[in-house]
Amino acid sequence: MTLSRGLRTGLLAFTVLALLLVYTPLALVVLNSFNTDKSFGWPPSGLTLEWWTAAAHSDGARAALLVSVEVALLATALSLVLGTMAALALQRHRFFGRNSVSLLIILPIALPGIVTGIALNNAFRTVLGLELGFLTIVVAHATFCIVTVFNNVQARLRRLGGNLEEASMDLGAGTFTTFRLVTFPLLRSALLAGGLLAFALSFDEIIVTTFTAGARQQTLPLWIFNNLFRPNQAPVVNVVAAVLIVASIIPIWLAQRLSGSQNEGLTGAR
Amino acid sequence: MASTGVLHRRPGLRAGLLLAPPMLWLGVAYLGALAALFVTAFWGQNSFTGEVQRTWTLRNFHDLLTIGVYRTVTLRTIGIAALVTVVDAVIAFPVAFFMAKVASRRTQGILVVAVLMPLWASYLVKAYAWRGMLGTGGLVSWVARPFGLDTPGYGLTAVILTLAYLWLPFMILPIYAGLERLPGSLLEASADLGARNGTTLRRVVLPTVFPAIVAGSIFTFSLTLGDYIAVRIVGGANQMLGNVVYDNVGAANNLPFAAAMATVPVVVMLAYLAAVRRTGALDNL
Repeated sequence: MTLSRGLRTGLLAFTVLALLLVYTPLALVVLNSFNTDKSFGWPPSGLTLEWWTAAAHSDGARAALLVSVEVALLATALSLVLGTMAALALQRHRFFGRNSVSLLIILPIALPGIVTGIALNNAFRTVLGLELGFLTIVVAHATFCIVTVFNNVQARLRRLGGNLEEASMDLGAGTFTTFRLVTFPLLRSALLAGGLLAFALSFDEIIVTTFTAGARQQTLPLWIFNNLFRPNQAPVVNVVAAVLIVASIIPIWLAQRLSGSQNEGLTGAR
Repeated sequence: MASTGVLHRRPGLRAGLLLAPPMLWLGVAYLGALAALFVTAFWGQNSFTGEVQRTWTLRNFHDLLTIGVYRTVTLRTIGIAALVTVVDAVIAFPVAFFMAKVASRRTQGILVVAVLMPLWASYLVKAYAWRGMLGTGGLVSWVARPFGLDTPGYGLTAVILTLAYLWLPFMILPIYAGLERLPGSLLEASADLGARNGTTLRRVVLPTVFPAIVAGSIFTFSLTLGDYIAVRIVGGANQMLGNVVYDNVGAANNLPFAAAMATVPVVVMLAYLAAVRRTGALDNL
């Protein structure tokens, strides 16, 4: 295949146009957070900082942000432990049903969120007799976050091979010493990348959260959704949205610095 | 260090210990929850009290298949998922091709970040942004007016646009990764052997990146099938499968029927996964 100059230019133009299309809505949200017009008509009628002040004083938004961060941190911690264990077992051992296990780990994100949501809702309430609340959100989030850690760690283990661990064992180190001094340091950046993805996945989740959150716990996405259709709250919601867009630059920058390589899959699989 | 010695000598025990916690979580708790949900789908509901009746019945599935509304909603949802997938694939392929085969190494890195960035921006924020753009007096009508057109307004077109927008990175990245793995020498060889660009595209490029496209479509399909939020934000009065499930869990409080309805996307997804498993798409996720 020889790419003519015309074809190259065409592809470039298409890519630029597609990216423009991708960023326009995001830019518009940021711009609208300064828009004096509450209904966000285009073009904006004037600029104001009023909504930013209002958002800074919104207790609901702040409380929801705190819940979201706490849930995401706990879910990430749980999925780091479980995902790493599963990856170590699968990558270093051969056993019957190995493929089913990796399919099982993908299942919570492969199935539509609403299915996971009502399945867990039903299990928590009727099977286990639990009251929905903070912990049920964490458990639900950890369930679909395991895959990001698992995939990142597994890809790393596959690339590393087992030689270093075997050498460590041959030199007399036990299983735990080898993990602490050899395997873990080699996995560190993969764990960070997987953990970051898990955090983002949890922080943004709304569908499973809707079905597993109690009446009193509100994550930030739930807060946004509940206030979306209230005309008075619209400008404040818009400011929160703008903040989230700007804040999303941080994790992507971190992830890029951590992974270094660009062709890992979406969930870190190769 | 007796215990570590045991673990070293018996790899089976080690694998078992490593695997037990994640398997208890996913294999027992999660699969158990799914199974319980599936069982509930075969239970009935007392029409007066709304209590779940634990007697076996096929009534929910019977309703689901015979009541016209539910069939329409199911077909509509699958149709939307298919359209969203096609729109995404058509936009994603040229972009991914440019990224993998035309752009310089440096530009490539920048483009990957540019494509990834919106994924980290909140789902709701993006759907919300489209609500603003598609509204009367929004950006879309402002752009379309000089051409004598208007915004499609809130409806199915808006849902497809918004969902295609939301899932686009999920399609670009697997295809990009697939094209990255395709050696440039293969394209040259094809040209040297006299194939035109169209032929190379059809017989060399597409067959090799097909698993990647399928991997992307797993995301776009599954995410669309379960979505009920975007349709509430930009879909006007339209309903998708997710809305029916949601309303039956919440307002109607008919969990057995919601469970039956929820098995539809699961069956569709499982059939889809089974069909594409041989293409190796699952390794491209």
